[in-house]
Amino acid sequence: MLAYVVRRTCFGALVVLGVLLFLFLLFFGVTSPDDIARRAIGDKAMPHVIEQWKKNHGYDKPRLPGPGHLTDNLLVEHYRRMLTFDFGKSDADNTPIVDRLKHGAVPSLCLTVPEFLLGLLLGIWSALVVALFRGTYIDKSTTILCVVLMSVPILLFIIGGQYLIGKQLRWFPISGWERGSSAMWRFLALPVIVGVLSGFGGTVRFYRTVFLDEVYRDYVRTARAKGAGDMRILLRHVLPNAMIPVLTAVVMEIPFLFTGSLLLEAAFGIPGLGSLTVDAINANDFATLRTMVFIGSLLFVAAQIMTDIGYTLVDPRVRLE
Amino acid sequence: MVSALTNSHHTSNVVVLLLVLGGLWLGWRVKRNEPWHDALADAFRRGPTAWCVLGLYVLVALADSVAWKGGVSAAAPDQVARFEAKSLLDRAVGGKTEKSYSAPLATREFARDRPLVRPGTHLLGTDKLGRDVLFVTLKGARVALLVGGFTSLIAIPLALLFGVLAGYFGKWIDDGVFFVMSTLASMPSVLLLVAMITALPRGTIWVCVALGVTSWVGFCRLARGETFKLRELDYVNAARALGASHARIIVRHILPNLLHLVLIRFVLLFSALVLSEAVLSWLNIGVDGSWGQMVAQAKNELSRDPIVWWNVAGATVGLVGLLLSINVVGDTIRDALDPRTRGDRA
Repeated sequence: MLAYVVRRTCFGALVVLGVLLFLFLLFFGVTSPDDIARRAIGDKAMPHVIEQWKKNHGYDKPRLPGPGHLTDNLLVEHYRRMLTFDFGKSDADNTPIVDRLKHGAVPSLCLTVPEFLLGLLLGIWSALVVALFRGTYIDKSTTILCVVLMSVPILLFIIGGQYLIGKQLRWFPISGWERGSSAMWRFLALPVIVGVLSGFGGTVRFYRTVFLDEVYRDYVRTARAKGAGDMRILLRHVLPNAMIPVLTAVVMEIPFLFTGSLLLEAAFGIPGLGSLTVDAINANDFATLRTMVFIGSLLFVAAQIMTDIGYTLVDPRVRLE
Repeated sequence: MVSALTNSHHTSNVVVLLLVLGGLWLGWRVKRNEPWHDALADAFRRGPTAWCVLGLYVLVALADSVAWKGGVSAAAPDQVARFEAKSLLDRAVGGKTEKSYSAPLATREFARDRPLVRPGTHLLGTDKLGRDVLFVTLKGARVALLVGGFTSLIAIPLALLFGVLAGYFGKWIDDGVFFVMSTLASMPSVLLLVAMITALPRGTIWVCVALGVTSWVGFCRLARGETFKLRELDYVNAARALGASHARIIVRHILPNLLHLVLIRFVLLFSALVLSEAVLSWLNIGVDGSWGQMVAQAKNELSRDPIVWWNVAGATVGLVGLLLSINVVGDTIRDALDPRTRGDRA
């Protein structure tokens, strides 16, 4: 068991190093530090201004290790700073990135956690109901509804929600943010509704397949032969057995709660990490983008290791190999 | 290369020719191959409307891809148009430009009360630049199919190559491919996508490349797992015992048995790509002329009073129609081809 945990963690660490290599290739190989400087301060900047900017932002070293600068180069610097969580300053406005991350995390979580929980509850319950009524018109109409919902891009939900609920019905504000008060929930209501609605189709369809995979197993037939009712079979027999695929999907979503939702936050004016990323895109702020991708993958790898280890604890069939 | 694909009408015409010939060749092959013929006929029977709608989209996109110069009368008000290549679609419904917004079938302009150049002819009104919305919507079909098609052309061969090699040979090749897949998969896909598009040069091709890099991993994993299973089957062992080379086993025995997965996955990938492109357009880093851009304009248009609804309506019909038909067609293909979902279980 311990050997497995160690091996799994080592592979996770290797993946994180791989992610950093990919980011280096993307941001220092595909675009050069000169490009980054020019995008930040303008195409027609004088060479000495560019040099000065590169110096201020720590881009003025050789890119790869070579004779004379084995450790003093951008590649080593990139690894060292990312791995010690020293993310430096934003390329756009010189604010420390760590501060922005700290400010953005809370609003992001305020949006994504309720959306995630609500979506999960609604999704699983609807899927259970559909699995209970499989083959009937309830099942068929829900399946059709799911396909329709999946075919509507989230942009249309955002626009439709803001127009109908925000502008016409005036139930909730169209967009905005106020920290730590009851007004915050009024601002959050619309984005949460839109998020849950746009994810509903895919979620229900996924859990329906998971439950239907179980419904035709032998143990269900045995339970029915014993005389168990439909509800009892579903809740006592199917649900626990379907927990493994459900849990995998659920746990893998959790890292993304921290990175926020790009579209919802930008559209509803919530100053979270998603908005931060959108601002970084518009300002060509590569340092922030790098950091966001790195943190996202770090959280993802951590969640993956925990699920894999969790499997071995929960499911005796999973072998440690 | 970028201009060659988006601007040069010659390249576009050649691509259309290749696509049509390729389609005919595929159709001929399918017709002669009984299992595939039966399966596809079965898939069509499960949702004929969706298949026809999808076909319509493809026709519109093809009509917008065949272009040639000349043929515009010298008396036309737009002198530049005489020297530009115009597509079949441009010639059929294009060329009705106004100055700014106008409501559907209106006779006067939306904001200022000026009479239109062609009153009452714009079925879906005109947009901010005075272009006919119906026409712009139809042109969006080409962009959507171009993005989806070109990205699939990058992602699927890449995924098949690495997936099959990793699954078939195992050992260090498998370790390497698995590591690359894990690395790419561990980056949140939206973040990875926007990071790549910001770092890469501008242009349709590079958006497709970025979409390709983020979308090949899932398919590669599938191909790897499936090859892993196929490798152990009796007929592969038999082929090996007969002295077949690795290349022959892969091409003749493994790839054909992956084809149904490729097809199912291709359709799923396509709808995901169209959705992703819409999101990118909303963030101002998408492809020019896409439906996503039209929806993004609605951010301002819906706050006007009275609202400008026809632009977003056109894009909505275009997008939802395409995605819905692709999703339904994908389901019919999966139901017809995948033995696990065949019958009443689906």
